[in-house]
Amino acid sequence: MASDGATALSDSLVRERDPLDRGRDREVIRIGDLHKVYQMGDIEVAALRGINLDIYHGEFVAVMGASGSGKSTFMNIVGCLDRPTSGTYFLEGEDVASLSPDQRAYIRNRKIGFVFQGFNLLSRTSALENVEIPMMYNGLPGGERRRRALEVLSLVGLEERMHHMPNQLSGGQQQRVAIARALVNRPSLILADEPTGNLDSKTSAEIMELFQDLNRREGLTVIMVTHEPDIAAYAGRQVQFKDGRIMSDSLVKNEKCKF
Amino acid sequence: MWLMALRIALRALRRNKLRSFLTMLGIIIGVGAVIAMVAIGEGAKKRVQEQIAGLGTNLLVVLPGTMTLGGARTGSGGVQTLVGTDARAIMQEIPVVSQASPSLRQVLQVIAADQNWSTVVQGVAPEFQQIRNWQVEQGRFLSEADVDSTAKVALIGRTVAYNLFGSESPIDAIIRVKKIPFRIIGVLGPKGQTGMGTDQDDVVMIPYSTMQKRIMGITHVQQIVVSAVSADKTQEATEQISALLRQRHRIQPGRDDDFNVRNLSDIAEAASNSATVMAILLGSIASVSLLVGGIGIMNIMLVSVTERTREIGIRMAVGARSRDIMLQFLVEAVVMAASGGIIGILLGIGSSLLLKRLVQLPMLIRPDIVAVAFLFSGAVGIFFGFYPAKKAANLDPIDALRYE
Repeated sequence: MASDGATALSDSLVRERDPLDRGRDREVIRIGDLHKVYQMGDIEVAALRGINLDIYHGEFVAVMGASGSGKSTFMNIVGCLDRPTSGTYFLEGEDVASLSPDQRAYIRNRKIGFVFQGFNLLSRTSALENVEIPMMYNGLPGGERRRRALEVLSLVGLEERMHHMPNQLSGGQQQRVAIARALVNRPSLILADEPTGNLDSKTSAEIMELFQDLNRREGLTVIMVTHEPDIAAYAGRQVQFKDGRIMSDSLVKNEKCKF
Repeated sequence: MWLMALRIALRALRRNKLRSFLTMLGIIIGVGAVIAMVAIGEGAKKRVQEQIAGLGTNLLVVLPGTMTLGGARTGSGGVQTLVGTDARAIMQEIPVVSQASPSLRQVLQVIAADQNWSTVVQGVAPEFQQIRNWQVEQGRFLSEADVDSTAKVALIGRTVAYNLFGSESPIDAIIRVKKIPFRIIGVLGPKGQTGMGTDQDDVVMIPYSTMQKRIMGITHVQQIVVSAVSADKTQEATEQISALLRQRHRIQPGRDDDFNVRNLSDIAEAASNSATVMAILLGSIASVSLLVGGIGIMNIMLVSVTERTREIGIRMAVGARSRDIMLQFLVEAVVMAASGGIIGILLGIGSSLLLKRLVQLPMLIRPDIVAVAFLFSGAVGIFFGFYPAKKAANLDPIDALRYE
């Protein structure tokens, strides 16, 4: 009897830990009726007018829309850089809509990795040290920081250039360093804001393949803003913004894929 | 977290070496000036104290007072009631007095063979040597017998010896004062100048009795120089001397004293106070430059915050809290100020030592001032770094990231 009970318990633990089992079912993001109103002097500008969106573990979502459609505001809120005026936002089940600035900094550090259009690497700071920056703010010891930074740099294929300064790297390489930096704290979510905006089409394709690779092999959830249909085609799901609302939300059947 | 902030700060400062150095220069000069100025001030104070100590320890001076004669008051020293026996009585009857000597001075022409020299001739008792710490370089000082016999003997100071005898030994030579021949029995050791610039070695000392009878033709004395047994007994000695002299001069209760007792330690205190004021003055002028250095740091930190807005945005995006940013910039300002302080301390000590060499000025480097200067430079860093650091910490990450 006692032995049977123990077996049942360990079975259930194994099932709960199974990444595939958990991955496809649980939402990373649950957003309900999200509004954001900016006060510009006397005028109120509504940037978001009721967004409802769930994003699941392991999804690769392209957020599209013209400028002024509210997609940047949406991304700032998802990235915990900004707070919504009203509505709910759960990140991995945690209510993050009304956190204090310090609490949001913690969430950004642990759960979100940012990739920007302009790379946003610290100049005159080596690739390795750039990747180490997020770990400066969660108290990891120096040896562990270095080990993890090397690990993610080799994941993006840049371990040989880890001591290069950003100005000694090509645009594509800089963006890889930025991706490594986004990955280094093992976030639940990568937010990429027009990651190929400053790159030529060949390098853009390489970066998108890297995202796709990370998404498929590592099960990483990626949300990417773009206005290029070519780039959006790499994603598995496309969400179209217009005038602060979601106009369409569709799964892509034959996404671009090198595999 | 602190160590991290320190490393980031050092890296940022290394990146702009020239700018960091120029910014530090304000603090370097400020701290260096404080250290050097205080060293000069303290040195001057020490010199003044030494000179006053050289006047004689625990010194009191009894001067004749004023007297009212038929409604007309004489000036100070107008009375002639202070006599040589008063000095003896003071020394013998007052236990807190160790020595007392009458003193009479007059500027006179002194002749020796074919040379002559105008100098101060001073009539004193043997006790005067100990009261004023005179050394005798050659020969001997005056004796009790010299005073009793109104001997025509003299001691001469260095300056007089040099001017009258050059390099020859003046012992047993004859000098004439008011046509009276005096045999030189000794040469006084050098004392140098007083704080007022008077050459103390330009003097001829003879027995006070000889001075009274043969030179000045008077029976009173100009002053009585007294030394108390210790510095803290000078007040007690003053009171007892007053009581004794009132009794000896038969002054009725309620009448004014016909003498004054002056305490030289008061003068010493005043002189050393004025030196302290000078040290404070010099120090505060130097502190102003430290303040200016602080403003320089604030200025550069504000520029730095603006220049690095994007860096601040990136750091915030990857998880830096406001206080992490605040700490980073504050540590940067403090590191700049404190290293400026350390360099300034070395510079201040170095220039003090150099000045000491070059101009023979006394210098006294006080370790407490060095410590205060260092702490103050750190405080300047915190004070002037606070506003720029606060400004950096209060940036909105979205705006900071978008900043071009």
